[in-house]
Amino acid sequence: MKTKSHAANELSLTSDALAALRRSGFSRRSFLQGTGALIVSFSMRGQLETLRSQFEGGGAHDSPPANEVDSWIAIAADGSVTAYTGKEELGQGISTAQTQLVAEELSVPFDRVTLIACDTAMTPDQGVTSGSQSHPTNFNRSNLAQAGATARQALLQLASKRLNVPVDELTAADGVIRSKSDASKKVTYGELVAGKRFDLKVDSNAKRKSPSEWTVLGKPMPRPDMPSMVTGQFEFVHNVRVPGMLHGMVVRPAAVGATLVSVDESSVKGLPGFVKVVVKKNFVGVVAQKPWQAMQAASKLKVTWTAGSGLPSHAHFYEYLRNQKPTRDTLLVNSQDVERKLVESATVLKATYYHPYQMHGSLGASCAVADVQGDKATVWSPTQGVWHQRGALAMLLGLKPANVRVIFRRGSGCYGLNGADTVTYDAALLSQAVGKPVRVQLSRKDEMAWENYGFALVMDERAGLDAQGNIIVWDHEAWCPVLGNRPGYSTPGNVITGMLAGFQPQEFQARTPAPEPTAYNNNSNGVPSYVAGQVGGAAQGTGTVKSERSLLHNVPSSFWTGPLRSPQRLQNTFAHECFMDELAVHAQADPVAFRLRHLSYSRLIDVVKAAAKAANWETRPSPKPRTNKAGVASGRGIACVAYEGGNGYAALVAEVEVDQDTGKVMVKRIVISNDSGPVSNPDGLKNQMEGGTLQGMSRALMEEVTWDNQNVTSIDWRTYHSLRVGFDVPTIETVLVNTKADVAATGAGETAITIVAAAIGNAIFDATGARIRQIPFTPERVKAALTSEVIA
Amino acid sequence: MSAITLKVNGQTHTLDIDPTTPLLYVLNDDLGLRGPKFGCGLGQCGACTVIVNGRTTRSCDRPVKDVDGAEITTLEGLGTIEKPHPLQKAFIEEQAAQCGFCLNGVILTAKVFLDRNPKASEQEIQQAMSRILCRCFTNTRMLRAIARARKEMAR
Ligand code: FES
Ligand code: FES
Repeated sequence: MKTKSHAANELSLTSDALAALRRSGFSRRSFLQGTGALIVSFSMRGQLETLRSQFEGGGAHDSPPANEVDSWIAIAADGSVTAYTGKEELGQGISTAQTQLVAEELSVPFDRVTLIACDTAMTPDQGVTSGSQSHPTNFNRSNLAQAGATARQALLQLASKRLNVPVDELTAADGVIRSKSDASKKVTYGELVAGKRFDLKVDSNAKRKSPSEWTVLGKPMPRPDMPSMVTGQFEFVHNVRVPGMLHGMVVRPAAVGATLVSVDESSVKGLPGFVKVVVKKNFVGVVAQKPWQAMQAASKLKVTWTAGSGLPSHAHFYEYLRNQKPTRDTLLVNSQDVERKLVESATVLKATYYHPYQMHGSLGASCAVADVQGDKATVWSPTQGVWHQRGALAMLLGLKPANVRVIFRRGSGCYGLNGADTVTYDAALLSQAVGKPVRVQLSRKDEMAWENYGFALVMDERAGLDAQGNIIVWDHEAWCPVLGNRPGYSTPGNVITGMLAGFQPQEFQARTPAPEPTAYNNNSNGVPSYVAGQVGGAAQGTGTVKSERSLLHNVPSSFWTGPLRSPQRLQNTFAHECFMDELAVHAQADPVAFRLRHLSYSRLIDVVKAAAKAANWETRPSPKPRTNKAGVASGRGIACVAYEGGNGYAALVAEVEVDQDTGKVMVKRIVISNDSGPVSNPDGLKNQMEGGTLQGMSRALMEEVTWDNQNVTSIDWRTYHSLRVGFDVPTIETVLVNTKADVAATGAGETAITIVAAAIGNAIFDATGARIRQIPFTPERVKAALTSEVIA
Repeated sequence: MSAITLKVNGQTHTLDIDPTTPLLYVLNDDLGLRGPKFGCGLGQCGACTVIVNGRTTRSCDRPVKDVDGAEITTLEGLGTIEKPHPLQKAFIEEQAAQCGFCLNGVILTAKVFLDRNPKASEQEIQQAMSRILCRCFTNTRMLRAIARARKEMAR
């Protein structure tokens, strides 16, 4: 390695990582050369350079292998522990939980562990940090948790040899292993491992600590990043500054579907600080010395675009969606007797639910810094998947993936695929064009008008009841538009910048009719909780109803789409859980009792009971008998979910007041129960549940992307509505269920948000007798429903 | 370009700068401060809030020439990790953040409000925060932290 690249690497190491390495007594040089004691065993440099050029994607084969302990854990001579993870901190508290995990498994204090997350030069490829997958992935019987357990086992074996004491007579605490009978016989981790690596495969049989033995996990743990955040010291990606860095701004098309005709560079030549106009196919951007200069140049640049491709009418959008052709059809369950059973039913109910496109709407406009020089690139990116981004970015820039380093730096909370990936591409394209580091921070409008929105859905629900009011058949059919997605390793065209620069989004593959399901997959919660979920002869759902069908039609979207916190799960659950309430009304049954009657899975049953109990649920059918059709009416509603079919269980009771004169909905109290198995950080989980609940409220009550016939018109906080910090916040009570059970840890970041809209919708019905089947529940919509309401 | 003098967190800076540059960019890029954040650039979200001569100001759409000679406090100037302001302390105690991007606007807005209204009710605190956005929706904890700090500051 040449000295020059050392310097560059030293610079590009995150300040936290550098501090950790310095603390542990290793230089970055020895780290990279793999000569440091017990630091990761893979030789980065060697592996990076022998990597084949892999534009076809399909995984980062040069990432630290997940089955090696050294990929995850390193212990320095002073006993300090460095852990490497591919799951990053987005604000959800996962860094704290992962640090607790490593401290727990290794029996060292929390503050002796430094966690390094998501840097393609150092950390394993764990795909993206999303979908409530960090706990399932890293806290069960593989990856980080199991590497920790394997390391502890190895340390005990080493100590046994060194002290000549059998392993089961040893005990580990505080990074020291002692003989249980003779405390003078002891050895520290630092002494045991100095000068060595583990050189061990992760052992799937290494014994994990059970929740009953936990001393660090399972306790409320303050987040270590909090002090630097509240004092303005914390380094977000927005604060990354690299020597010689310039600033870029992008110029997006004038209308959806417009392509570039011409750029008049003379319109900006001579502006103060102006550096360059960059054009690549339909991608246009400017680079200047300072951000304000870049913004002015971008607004003054004369660009001519073709007319847009035109957009479907917003007012008639849902009809348009339902009639779109071609479709890609997917059956999740199909008992093939649904139509017959509907005919046999004593009562058949049908209802259609509507959910709009919503946006991530991150508070901070997305930002990234890229340094592309010659055939090498380093980027500081808020992406959710550094290894994915490395591949896609390499394609975009025409570089070898091995020559691209992606370093995660926290951005503003993203809640899914916000502008993080696209802005990184923007910065990289501009940097490549000027040969200098470039920072891009999108404008509010560029962020909002072109991000990958959360899915719009139209959902038809049909069900039949027998004469006793039991559900005997349930059918769900949904239409959902898609365009683009997460870019993965090899599809940069899945977000706006990649497409503008000439890459295609993933192809829409029409498929009609849908093939019969061969494996049960309720990832999207397209299957309601109350059906049996029979695929391949086994019932894998959480309910009792045996006649079942769930059919999804994907159709092409005019707007970019991608995962937004609880993608499709929230929308489908809104429909299922409101419709379940409608069925209960027809059966004249209490909504909680009616749910319990049709559920078969104990963990879901338990959270429903826990929420009802904590809320002091009053058993009676809805709606609540009402004396007055004017003024304020109050009511309560419940909803529940087995998130992704089985990645976390939650139930939520909402108590609302509806001003019947204005249609305004005020949520007064929320009680939420949650079962995610053993809980790493109960306070962190509560924070997620509270935040998810309020975000769910904002989405249920006000959020909707709008457009005219050419462009998105939701381009700022006046045209896209969000609840503020100071709105009438309901009291939120959380109940954690099953926290010490010996079951697998599940996700917990998306359970609460999934059921808020349904619970509020059900509470509005309980209060007023009006059923609102369309999100958001704006005062106008509620008022209109109240006016036309026919009491069920 | 013109010479602008800013007194930021007690330090005086004289800058030769385009006077139309919004204050936010001067703080972030010329002075290297991390507290004030770009959220919208439109005065709508509060992420860029700073205190100018004792009042909260949204620095994203405030030309720097308007604050020539003014005294400016950013989140960094409120307190340090070792010696946090009661509000900063309360936010740590309540673990009142998720991504933390909004904290600058939330804490500074609360600070100016509590300085003027040391006896504010919870309702009034809520009202004071009604123009601030937190898209992680850490509202409950933030309001609790502000109420906690109010008690501490009243002592
Ligand atoms: S960034 Fe200034 S108010 Fe939003
Ligand atoms: S904590 Fe993320 S925006 Fe407030």
